[in-house]
Amino acid sequence: MITLNSPADEKSVRALRIGDVVRISGVIATGRDELHRRLFGRFDKKIANILKGSFIYHCGPIVKRSGGGYKIISCGPTTSIREEPYQADIIKRYGIRGVIGKGGMGGGTLTALKEHGAVYMQATGGAAALLSRCIKEVIGVHFLDDFGAPEAMWVLRVKDFPAVVTMDSHSKSLHDDIYEASMKRYKKAV
Amino acid sequence: MKDAILQLIKTASTTLPGDVADALKKAHAKERKGSNAKAVLSDILTNIEIARQDSIPLCQDTGTINLFITHPKEIAQSFIKGEVNKAVKAAVKKGYLLQNAVDPVTGTNTGTGIGDGNPSIHFTQSRAKSVRIDLLLKGGGSENVSAQYSLPDSGLKAYRDLDGVKRCVIDAVFRAQGRGCAPGIIGIGIGGDRASSYNIAKKQLLRKLDDVNEDAALMKLENDLMAKLNTLCIGPMGVGGKTTVLSVKAGALARVPASFFVSVAYICWALRRASCVVRG
Ligand code: SF4
Repeated sequence: MITLNSPADEKSVRALRIGDVVRISGVIATGRDELHRRLFGRFDKKIANILKGSFIYHCGPIVKRSGGGYKIISCGPTTSIREEPYQADIIKRYGIRGVIGKGGMGGGTLTALKEHGAVYMQATGGAAALLSRCIKEVIGVHFLDDFGAPEAMWVLRVKDFPAVVTMDSHSKSLHDDIYEASMKRYKKAV
Repeated sequence: MKDAILQLIKTASTTLPGDVADALKKAHAKERKGSNAKAVLSDILTNIEIARQDSIPLCQDTGTINLFITHPKEIAQSFIKGEVNKAVKAAVKKGYLLQNAVDPVTGTNTGTGIGDGNPSIHFTQSRAKSVRIDLLLKGGGSENVSAQYSLPDSGLKAYRDLDGVKRCVIDAVFRAQGRGCAPGIIGIGIGGDRASSYNIAKKQLLRKLDDVNEDAALMKLENDLMAKLNTLCIGPMGVGGKTTVLSVKAGALARVPASFFVSVAYICWALRRASCVVRG
């Protein structure tokens, strides 16, 4: 088990390899389709200050208002591949150290991970209740009026958030490896 | 009736049926110590426990709301539908359901969980005095990897027989990899038209995992596929491992001679089903 702090530096991220089980602590930000479309191809300084060195979590949480603030009720990962057209650009432009999601991403992202020193980590799909316990604080929210709660960018302080590194900065993808291996077994099975 | 449905939604959203939880525990015990598969399954098991204790959704994607409702003819469907809609709205407010209805034309989220055709309700009329409601919450991720085939499919060498059906199912599970949040439960619909075929596939997901198919041929198909699919070693969340599927269930409908559909309703490990009987 590896402890990963966020924001992270390039060295600790490049040290990660596929199959590593990590626990993430620090500041991360949620983002899904609307946010990726918004950040793609343009630079927003305020957002960049938040994201630099940090991780974007592909997640559309269930949020409740509590007192003057917000409480994240449930926040499992959503399918990452939908952000493939945008991800490489956002990794580069916003200097994020990686992405947390599920299902893995494509070649464009894998190349960007290598070029810019970032990783893709998979959180267990559906484990929203467990993951919401790892959220210690809602630091802020952006684009809430524009996108609505699930699509807004929620800035969160997390502790011991569990994930598995499935794409690293050395051009390795566990998703590709499993795909290849299961392809061979598939041919045998039919 | 609204309150009973709200309670049903809460149960489905926050607690996993015992048979599914047991299957996950068995799978966890089987995976190798220190493997990624075991780490994923242990996250899943902890998650189930926390959701139950705190009465919060197991997964934030509470998915499409599928209701299979059997009712006496004295109770109008429009009335039941109204009660369902009220219950869904309340469940969204209470955080048991996500705001999961988006207008596909304008792109706006209705914010209430209600939209045209959503929740999806299948009514059957019966002689019973009370209303029986079976609820299935099916996550979008798992719906996305579900598939339908039209046989023959020469690419798959799948012809119009049960061997052809098997090839389709193996193909669908292979293509899904871990993306439908494996380990999955597989509902198969054989025959029918495109809509009814998918519907019967989905209905299989209401069966208990240890339920034995009454049809001997379908039972054999289920068992064969269960063994074969787990040889793919895609594993929980696609990280590799022994557990790719937890169960396979198949149903069949008459088809027209010109068509032969095979539908694969893939559902994630978070198979949220619950049922209740309400007096009129
Ligand atoms: S596929 Fe199922 S477990 Fe996975 S995110 Fe969707 S609802 Fe949750």
